[in-house]
Amino acid sequence: MMRAFVIAVYGFLYLPIALVVLFSFNAGRHASDFTGFSVQWYGRALSNTFLMEALTNSLIVATTSAALASLCGTAAAIGLGRAGPRTRAVFDALFGAAIVVPGVVIGIATLVALVQLFGIVNPAIAALWPGDAPPRLSLGYGSIIAAHGLFSTALVTMIVRARLGALGRDMVEASSDLYASPFTTFRSIVLPQILPAILAGFLLAFTFSFDDFIVAFFVAGSQTTLPMYVFASIRRGVTPEINAIGALVLVASILLVIAAQLLLRRRRPASA
Amino acid sequence: MSSAARKRLVTALLLAPAAVWLLLFLVLPFVAIVVFSLGERAPAGGYQPALTLAQYANLPARAAAFWNTLVLAPAGALACLLIAYPVAYYLAIKVLPQRRLLLVALIVIPFWTSLLIRTYAWMYILGGRGIPAFLELVGLPDVRLINTPGAVLLGIVYGYLPLMILPIYISLERLDRRLLEASADLGATPFSTFFSVTLRLSLPGMMTGFSLVLILLLGEYLIPTLLGGGKVFFIGNALVDLFLQSRNWPFGSAIAVALVGIAVVLLLAANRITARLSGARQVDLL
Repeated sequence: MMRAFVIAVYGFLYLPIALVVLFSFNAGRHASDFTGFSVQWYGRALSNTFLMEALTNSLIVATTSAALASLCGTAAAIGLGRAGPRTRAVFDALFGAAIVVPGVVIGIATLVALVQLFGIVNPAIAALWPGDAPPRLSLGYGSIIAAHGLFSTALVTMIVRARLGALGRDMVEASSDLYASPFTTFRSIVLPQILPAILAGFLLAFTFSFDDFIVAFFVAGSQTTLPMYVFASIRRGVTPEINAIGALVLVASILLVIAAQLLLRRRRPASA
Repeated sequence: MSSAARKRLVTALLLAPAAVWLLLFLVLPFVAIVVFSLGERAPAGGYQPALTLAQYANLPARAAAFWNTLVLAPAGALACLLIAYPVAYYLAIKVLPQRRLLLVALIVIPFWTSLLIRTYAWMYILGGRGIPAFLELVGLPDVRLINTPGAVLLGIVYGYLPLMILPIYISLERLDRRLLEASADLGATPFSTFFSVTLRLSLPGMMTGFSLVLILLLGEYLIPTLLGGGKVFFIGNALVDLFLQSRNWPFGSAIAVALVGIAVVLLLAANRITARLSGARQVDLL
């Protein structure tokens, strides 16, 4: 009985996803008129310039925020391994908050803070700028990347720290016993072993940023990310074109997550 | 430079980028909304400096959003818990170890896939051209599924179930099987072993999952918007309205601070309860 229940739950989790993919190939407009196989909605979606622009924005934001988060998060994970208990407690609390605080709060808080900050910084730049057209800071790529990077840095730190914790100390000690410098030890012993975790962190951070709607909704300014575009189209009414975009987004994130899982689950290389 | 000072410097440099990020995009924004929540709305919208608790006194104006959230979020979290437990139990105890990795991965995957698209899928299924259209074919016209509290609850369970299953699974997987054998050897029925050993030891996982899901639900916006259709609105909807439409930033900030306050109280309560009931340490997230 329990087995049947578990199978039903897996069905519940995957059936709606499968339906979106299935109906994205429906020639008809609605679920209730399945009139045959067609890829016309994919064609429509891919030739929609607004959609393609939103997709490009999302790719830029997700790649940049995930890359920055991988660097900062890995450095923080290594740093926390060396830091004292008080420093660690402070960082733990802040990273915990970055993960647990709902996106809607992160979004509005970042919006409020940045608008205030720009209100102070922009006049200052204008006063100091020698030319006629001083640059103005405004909401856009930068603010989305910054806000996504917060969650992602916390995420990468958590994943890399778990890996560092599982790392054998014996090889590190052997390396320094053999007079390797700390940097050499890091590069040739530690880094190769935590690299899968860093990559997995990057992929998950990318997926988070690529799929996020609510944070970007507040801090995007005049930019539009793919989820923002999809949300706006859904509000205008369900169309099969959304099924096609949705199917592509679902498949892309599923592949990324599978890759991250494989990287995290990979057995540690057999000790030489 | 002494080697201890040098080690400290390197540690500080390693932590610096993350510290800047946390300071600029977590601490500073939070201070900003607290300051804003004590201010007044400028005539044209936005913020005007002041030092007043008027925004907080005005919170009952959005009582409906708080009420909906504080009813449907715990109900949704509870529904997730009831469905998640048997699944986590099955994965941790019943399934063959070699199949476990794949089955757990299949739980993780939906969690990381676009909540927007997954919620949209239910819009498609529950909407007028979905299930109701099929019900009409079999002679059940005018069934309304979307834009109801039930639809929102369904969306919540669908969206957050993986996040509930994982921590419970982790706590059950770490459970020492010898305890179960010992309990059986001492003559306990499977039923009483489950209640006095298994359930108790998985309590930290249940509390982690429950409080995590509940807190994220408090800020949920997409699910009530897409499946509640403006009829079932959450605190998240009030925030979007106040910040992006009516531009009453101080009042919106007060609501956001109240939301964080509720979340903190819930977390502390959950930790207290876990500590009291199990005496065990907290289970790590994910």
